[in-house]
Amino acid sequence: MAQIDRDKLLDIYTRTMKVNRTDEKFRELLMGGKVAVMYYCVRGQELVSAAAMAALEKDDYVVCTYRGQGEQTAKGIPMEKWWGECLGKATGTCKGKGGTMHITDPETGIMVTTGVVGSGLPIANGLAMASQNNGDGRVTVVSFGDGAANIGGFHEAMNMAQLYKLPVIFLCQNNRYGEHTSYADHTDSPNIASRAAGYGMKGVTVDGNDVHQIYPAMQEAVARARAGEGPTLVEAMCYRMMGHFFGADFSYMPPEHIAEMKAEDPLPKLRQVMLDHQFTEEELDAIVADINAQIDAAVQHALDAPLPDTDEIYKDVLEETA
Amino acid sequence: MAQITMTQALNLAIDEAMAEDAGVFCLGEDVSAKQGGGVFKVTSGLTEKYGEHRIRATPISETAIIGAAVGAALAGQRPIAEIMLMNFVGVCMDQIVNHAAKLRFMSGGQTPCPMVIRTTTGVGVGFGGQHSDMLEAWFAHVAGIHVVTPSNPADARGLMRASIDANDPVIFIENILCYGLKAEDPGPGYRVPLGKAAVAREGSDISIITYGRTVLDALEVAGELEKEGISVEVIDLRTIAPYDEATVLASVRKTGRAITLHEAVRPFGTGAEIAANIQEKCWDSLKGPVRRIGGTFSAVPFASHLEQAWIPQKSDMIAQIKASVGKH
Repeated sequence: MAQIDRDKLLDIYTRTMKVNRTDEKFRELLMGGKVAVMYYCVRGQELVSAAAMAALEKDDYVVCTYRGQGEQTAKGIPMEKWWGECLGKATGTCKGKGGTMHITDPETGIMVTTGVVGSGLPIANGLAMASQNNGDGRVTVVSFGDGAANIGGFHEAMNMAQLYKLPVIFLCQNNRYGEHTSYADHTDSPNIASRAAGYGMKGVTVDGNDVHQIYPAMQEAVARARAGEGPTLVEAMCYRMMGHFFGADFSYMPPEHIAEMKAEDPLPKLRQVMLDHQFTEEELDAIVADINAQIDAAVQHALDAPLPDTDEIYKDVLEETA
Repeated sequence: MAQITMTQALNLAIDEAMAEDAGVFCLGEDVSAKQGGGVFKVTSGLTEKYGEHRIRATPISETAIIGAAVGAALAGQRPIAEIMLMNFVGVCMDQIVNHAAKLRFMSGGQTPCPMVIRTTTGVGVGFGGQHSDMLEAWFAHVAGIHVVTPSNPADARGLMRASIDANDPVIFIENILCYGLKAEDPGPGYRVPLGKAAVAREGSDISIITYGRTVLDALEVAGELEKEGISVEVIDLRTIAPYDEATVLASVRKTGRAITLHEAVRPFGTGAEIAANIQEKCWDSLKGPVRRIGGTFSAVPFASHLEQAWIPQKSDMIAQIKASVGKH
């Protein structure tokens, strides 16, 4: 078993709980009717995002999807700006013009959040190509789901990335569902990572609920990319513990699947790893309490924030309208 | 000054931009020296100067090409992506429309996307239904993109430089039949600002608003009609979208008559938009309805005589102009 030092474990735990508490808070607000926006829950996938972001440097690039809360908050977007954007406020990362599906925050490396399945992969190649061209040493991580592995852009991007040995990591969060369609109903191959071989690329499948698998896999992929050895397809097996979007029916998930995903929940497992590394219950609880307080303050800030000016619909269309 | 072809004009503009800014690079199918510098030779000689990282020959993967250009642009570079033939944009529309065009707006201005998409097309060379279409209206309908097309070598050089300078995506349409046109080289550093039309020929009886290859037809027709005492003004838009409304409206207010002309099919074309705008804003100056001329509403046919019949006809232009000015 790969060893992860205590500082890094603490970092991953903190990021994981930030993702989890943000998700819980969002569902609470939606449930209470305080907020009515599209939100794609990340419950069950917190650790994958947290471990992946913990493997990066601050100025590395990230491209994610509408289910990107994990990458966004774990990479470090300031909470006030993140919540501001999700609530459509002028204080948001994108002045309320992007929304939950299009969070952008170049300061923390969140370059694109796409609402189109699979569209992030070709763009990630471009970010990586820029790094290769100007030698800035950055790597790019693009996150997507198992459903994205069946769209043309996935294949075009994988081939091109390997051809040019681009410093990019393709992170497939295989949560067993593409929208409302189960993996078995959309793909007949046993996993996604095996597709890498078809492009001459390195591919690995790891348990995304086990910090000792997902973090070292990401760390190695990042090291390879930074060393100029090219891209890696990292497939993290995980579960989407809710419907496709908040409020969506997911009664189509069979009971055995539900039982399996509950047994594999990454949070209790990570908590146990922390306890095994001599963190105390009190220390861990204090971390969560601190995160909760930060989130509550950020949500309040966003609720109180002004709406964007109506003139914004004419701005940022072209440079002349900036 | 030396005479240059449109191909040379484009090559010179790209060359000098690459020499001045290390962030400018080209990518596309067959663009590097190994493949001969592009199927129409526009990037010829550049690999030798700038290396294969800056003249990147790509797989046949339009989505990956445009996606890569988008990503590189977000990271501050200035990619020039080539889509070999305009009909192939159908393969990568998501990257152009949902990403390149919208990322500035959706990010609240944080991530502009400075990139040029060069593409070639044109009716009249026997390429048939999937290699000939002018699809500028598809892009003119999307906020966040400039759509540009030159009708002569000097404009090609100046518009290409301005397109590379632009901090937003530009669809740069090159007509196959115009590559061989020759004209005086406007020289290094020459720029034609985006969004600025040219009065290609002054006239007083009627305005023809056009762009690209059909500018040549309009000029020829204007020359012929001058002998019959009809004075035709020809406006070359150069930038199709957002277009130079002020120049168009000023011309129509002067002549009182207008015809829009393009090679693209007529229904729902850019000519319809321009005609509607003229009628809204120049109603009191108009002496008759604004007419539209465009390609036939079918796929571009293969057989030469069919293809020639498909293209907007000079005889039709003459007939419509005469009908407008009341001379038959």
